[in-house]
Amino acid sequence: MVLAEDKLSNARRHRPEYGSDHPPEVPLSIHDMTVAYHRRPVLWDVDLDFPEGQLVSIVGPNGAGKSTLLKAAIGLVPMASGRVTVYGRPFAKQRRLVGYVPQRESVDWDFPVSALDVVLMGRYRRVGWFLPPGRVHRDAALEALNKVGMKDYASRQISQLSGGQQQRVFLARALAQESKIYLMDEPFAGVDAATEKAIVALLHELREKGCTVVVVHHDLQTVKQYFDHVVLLNMRVVATGPTEAVFTEENLKKTYGGRLTLLSEAAHAIATDKHP
Amino acid sequence: MLDWWQTYDTWIVVTGALAAMSCALPGTYLVLRRMSMMGDAISHAVLPGIVIAFLMTKSLDSLPMFLGAIVIGILTALLTQMIRRFGGLDEGASMGVVFTSLFAVGLILIRVAADHVDLDPSCVLYGAIELVPLDVVTAGEGNLEIPRAVLYNGGMLLVNLLFVGLLWKELKISAFDPDLATSQGFSADMMHYALMALVAATTVTAFHAVGSILVIAMLIVPPAAAYLLTDRLGRMVGLSLVIAGSSSFLGHWWAVEGPSWFGFERMETSTSGMIAVATGFLFLTAWMFSPRHGLISRWISSFSLSLRIMRDDVLGTLYRITETGSTASRPVSRAQLRETLPGGPVFGTALWQLRVGGRIDCRDGGFVLTPRGEKSARKLIRSHRLWEGWMVEKMGLRPDHVHSTAERLEHITTLEMRTELERQAGEPEHDPHDRQIPREDE
Repeated sequence: MVLAEDKLSNARRHRPEYGSDHPPEVPLSIHDMTVAYHRRPVLWDVDLDFPEGQLVSIVGPNGAGKSTLLKAAIGLVPMASGRVTVYGRPFAKQRRLVGYVPQRESVDWDFPVSALDVVLMGRYRRVGWFLPPGRVHRDAALEALNKVGMKDYASRQISQLSGGQQQRVFLARALAQESKIYLMDEPFAGVDAATEKAIVALLHELREKGCTVVVVHHDLQTVKQYFDHVVLLNMRVVATGPTEAVFTEENLKKTYGGRLTLLSEAAHAIATDKHP
Repeated sequence: MLDWWQTYDTWIVVTGALAAMSCALPGTYLVLRRMSMMGDAISHAVLPGIVIAFLMTKSLDSLPMFLGAIVIGILTALLTQMIRRFGGLDEGASMGVVFTSLFAVGLILIRVAADHVDLDPSCVLYGAIELVPLDVVTAGEGNLEIPRAVLYNGGMLLVNLLFVGLLWKELKISAFDPDLATSQGFSADMMHYALMALVAATTVTAFHAVGSILVIAMLIVPPAAAYLLTDRLGRMVGLSLVIAGSSSFLGHWWAVEGPSWFGFERMETSTSGMIAVATGFLFLTAWMFSPRHGLISRWISSFSLSLRIMRDDVLGTLYRITETGSTASRPVSRAQLRETLPGGPVFGTALWQLRVGGRIDCRDGGFVLTPRGEKSARKLIRSHRLWEGWMVEKMGLRPDHVHSTAERLEHITTLEMRTELERQAGEPEHDPHDRQIPREDE
């Protein structure tokens, strides 16, 4: 944590790197982001400033580009245009401040590693190239497992865990990263009630520590209950702001209403070369 | 048995083992990343690299060929990625396109420009491991002759060991979760291409001695066998090295002696071919004895499950026969038990186990429950009848429909489940057939 905060204050000192467009007090700022797969745009001109120390959910229909938004923000998917800053500086210089929790299905759970090994992966950046993770890192990983109630499963091979337990291992790994900003891709998908509770408790704990957590979320029922801030997304930002103000029937209709909005028709035309 | 063995044979086995082990290391990551075909692809695709390097330098020296192969190896990986991304094909298909084209280019180059080079196709397929001890390097005081192939493959093994050892966690994270690896600054793409370069280099080095078929086998089979035997990466790497090394020894031994076992005297067969057979044999053994997916462990667990069910059934049957007043505590004969239970070895073994375990006693040519056996039986019957009641009450099934399901459920009912059943059914005294539900603690 000390290291992360060092970087943070560092970031604040190097204030004027990008000018006033990229305020250093904003944990994650996305400016004019456009992303395309095979020329087909999936995100158009996204402008977002995530507020510090809040739980933010990204909500939208399938294919709205929610996961893509997270991936593009940390450079896993190339952007056609746009800029992303983490506390006022480009992500590549702030990797340590950002923890990413991919979708559970994105990895091979038959991989021959234990739960502890997976959590340790969250420490690799701190360990650095070539070196094996030392005692300090093992302890940190065990502590993270303990926080999600999975310490007893540390030496289990990961395929022997239930879906909910696997999700908790992923969260423990994010905790072990000791970041300031967390980007989580559908952590609530397909988990049991106990795990859902554990995740919520964890989110609250992170918020108390002053972390900013961005969660791609599917369950509209729980948005108001779990999140302070919401981003309604459907290829572009439909609305963003405090949950109370933004999560309204009208905005939801705009987000989910009719798959064939003008924008997706345009995207289809670009992808298939059918210019009218 | 091995009285024909000479230094010559030792060198052959050492060469084979070194080549196999150096293939098994990068092979482990190919298997784990589900891209086993990549080994196949690269080992074919390097051909034009070798030929172009030869044409440029006009020598059969190893180093340029080696470099040419590495360049083409990386190119294969790059082209595969490109075709996959822009052509919208899956990885296997794009690999197929790339390596066959490159291989064909290599063949054409040989025909057109390098026709005078002696490149025997069978030599490419099977290698010439038997000739390895003839090409030696003299070391030290001039009395130690080491085959060139041993030096090359040993060197390659060392490089691979260093690569895997130094980049252990980087390889692990980029194979398991490339997105996380990249987001942490360990570029998964870079690791991918480094691994592909290593596969190409290893392939070319091993090629010379053992031929392409064996190289492909060595990249995949030992790691695949090791994968069946363990669920830890470290042990998987260790085991695949052991499997690779021992298959070299087995292969050479079988190549020399094997034919005579089948009546072909004075005949030897190809060592390379036999090494591939030996890895296949070791894989089969691993598959049979694998603790998780193995054939034998599956047999054992299914046999022990039927034994457990049979033991439960014997106890249950004894309890049912003796619970009604007139036959109470009279011994039950084997034949009586056989009326409701199937016979066979499982039945016999279960009876024997129950007697050894002190749950039943032999008396007057029949069986009776011991106090301990009766306790287990009561638990079982209690579960059975509670389930029956629950199914009638809560699921609305007819009383004559619930017996067989309860029969299955009784074997897996834990104490917690039973407590829950009791809670939901309100501690009933009788089951739907009006038989008494025994208490656990009488």
